Amino acid sequence: MTFALDLASWVCILLGSFFVVVGAVGLVRMPEVFTRMHAASVIDTLGVGFLVLGMALQAGLSLITLKLLFLLALFVFTGPVVTHALAQACLQDGIAPMLDADRRADRAAAEQTEGRRS
Amino acid sequence: MFAVAAAAILVALALAIARAILGPTIFDRVLAGNTVGTLAIMLLAVFGFLTGRPEFLDIGLTYGLLNLIGTLAVLKFFRHGDLAHRADTERGS
Amino acid sequence: MRYVSLTAFLYLFWLVLSGHYTPMLVVAGLVCSVLCLLAAIRMRTADEEGHPIELFRGAITYLPWLAVEIGKSAWAVTKIILHPRLPISPTMTVVTATQRTTVGRATYANSITLTPGTITVAADGDKLTVHALVTEGALDLEAGGMDRRVSRFEGSA
Repeated sequence: MTFALDLASWVCILLGSFFVVVGAVGLVRMPEVFTRMHAASVIDTLGVGFLVLGMALQAGLSLITLKLLFLLALFVFTGPVVTHALAQACLQDGIAPMLDADRRADRAAAEQTEGRRS
Repeated sequence: MFAVAAAAILVALALAIARAILGPTIFDRVLAGNTVGTLAIMLLAVFGFLTGRPEFLDIGLTYGLLNLIGTLAVLKFFRHGDLAHRADTERGS
Repeated sequence: MRYVSLTAFLYLFWLVLSGHYTPMLVVAGLVCSVLCLLAAIRMRTADEEGHPIELFRGAITYLPWLAVEIGKSAWAVTKIILHPRLPISPTMTVVTATQRTTVGRATYANSITLTPGTITVAADGDKLTVHALVTEGALDLEAGGMDRRVSRFEGSA
């Protein structure tokens, strides 16, 4: 039983490490600021999530696990706030995102002809 | 096993700092700074397990709260030029 | 009820962080929780927006669903990052949030931002401007699966 728990926590920690590194690689590889945010959010969600899960499995049922869960909840609730604030600040500062397709105008027109059926 | 996680986080930290140095705009640097904060928290937690002293988690939690406030403060500063603007002058939020 | 729940949460936070259970510290924690509750009431943050207890029951099924969604989209972003040619097609789109309350809309917007590959850039009423890393992500959001799920979560209150 303890071996199975150990194995599960190792797998979680390895996966978490993998996603952390992948997110950081994306942070360097992506061409501009909006796409970099997507890479950073991989770290904030899966990387941190798996690492915390792995450490919680190691700690077992204890105060440490509760603290780790608080840490995870902190990331889940504050991560989007920071990302959203950052994206909004970029737009307000006049940084235009590099786009393949801008579907905003199309969508607005489609909704007008479609009416508000929803 | 925790050593692997610590090594991975350190590699990621190096990459994030590289982005902070390279980053053409101020927002790249802020994003990289926020990521460095996130990684530092995870490094604190992993280091606590590595040395068998989970008290490091408390520092991590505090850092997590400060990281949020710090990033928002920096963003607000670059957007408005000061930290004490009136909320009702905000557009499109 | 809301105030009791908020105090209980604050007290739990105190107990978890403290880790010492001498009578003095336990009582001090209770006093501090009540003081924080009074401060929250005075700041008008202890309302259905600041502490939505009605949504806790729905959150039990919503959060696991969101975790699975995050996992799927994070894996998609991971494959894009590791792809040698970096096949991104950034897209801006507008989605309509059909939730009734501001809490529901905020949940939807934050869920969009939390899933890697899509970011809510601006929210104006029920129109959310979304930046997606690949066009498929924008199309998925426009199909409205997540919107309906959040509406159901909100309706469970």
